[in-house]
Amino acid sequence: MPWEVNPDRPIYLQLAEQLELKICSGVYPLGSRLPSVRDLAQEASVNPNTMQRALAKLEEDGLVYTNRTNGKFVTENKDIIQKVKGKIAQEQVKNFLKKMDELGFAHKEILAIISEIL
Amino acid sequence: MSNILECRNLTKTFGALKALDNITIDIPRGKIIGLLGPNASGKTTFLKICNGLLTPSGGEITIGGFKPGIETKKLVSYLPEKTYLNNWMKVSDLISFFRDFYDDFSIDKAYDMLNKLGISPKDRLKTMSKGTKEKVQLILVMSREAQLYLLDEPIGGVDPASRDYILDTILSNYNENATILISTHIISDIEKILDEVIFLKQGKIILNKTVDEIREENQKSVDSLFREVFRC
Repeated sequence: MPWEVNPDRPIYLQLAEQLELKICSGVYPLGSRLPSVRDLAQEASVNPNTMQRALAKLEEDGLVYTNRTNGKFVTENKDIIQKVKGKIAQEQVKNFLKKMDELGFAHKEILAIISEIL
Repeated sequence: MSNILECRNLTKTFGALKALDNITIDIPRGKIIGLLGPNASGKTTFLKICNGLLTPSGGEITIGGFKPGIETKKLVSYLPEKTYLNNWMKVSDLISFFRDFYDDFSIDKAYDMLNKLGISPKDRLKTMSKGTKEKVQLILVMSREAQLYLLDEPIGGVDPASRDYILDTILSNYNENATILISTHIISDIEKILDEVIFLKQGKIILNKTVDEIREENQKSVDSLFREVFRC
């Protein structure tokens, strides 16, 4: 998953979302050590202070914790990750519904399309 | 001491023209800051004053507590808008030249960057394209362990692929106590690596905010905001 930064929103929020996604999808597994802020910043070609801010947000949400001497680790708590996954799923579905709305589909029709594809 | 550069009511006039008009600003350590403004907004004048190449008409400026002079030249690594290097010199000559001048110059770093950008140390400046010359200059400047890097239009003539490498180089080489001040028009490419931006307009600071503050408040990138503020 390459890093992507869009122009219209704060960069740190976008980085935080992409880190969340990487954690939820197992790129950074449960309890594993994250690369250093500097390495992450370089990987994403962003300012280290911005990356630091993104990680601080994840830490606030309990997804990441700091071990004072060893760096930052992904939480070992499956529930937190499950919760974040649920949140991402809801956002994705809402986005999808919004687009379908704009195209003029009623919810019943949308369900029909989905079950057809499934 | 948290600020690397402080200036108070800094003014520079050229005859009737006010190139810098009463500028007061503190620049902290450990930041990458964009100095942005249209042509003739005072960017280069400001950087020249920081380097003691111009003297202020009024006000004060200190770098690491010193007025621009011998002491500050040890702290500041400056990439000027124009080249001052001798055309007949080889890259390897330039490197030993810089090594003699600056205690904080790292030869290893310089050769490593040359190698990554595919520039031969045996080449003479005379035979190089404009973009390659710019790369060489930037390599020399970034190979110092300075406290303040002042880069005047560092990526103007460089192709996009090398530009990415140069931005990576800036990110990987600067240490957390050093500050990099970059003057440029090419905002979209460097926006991601900046902490803060300063907008200069006709010698005045009209905005000084972090990149994410701008994005949060305006729902747009610094590049779009710049185009809006400075619409002709």
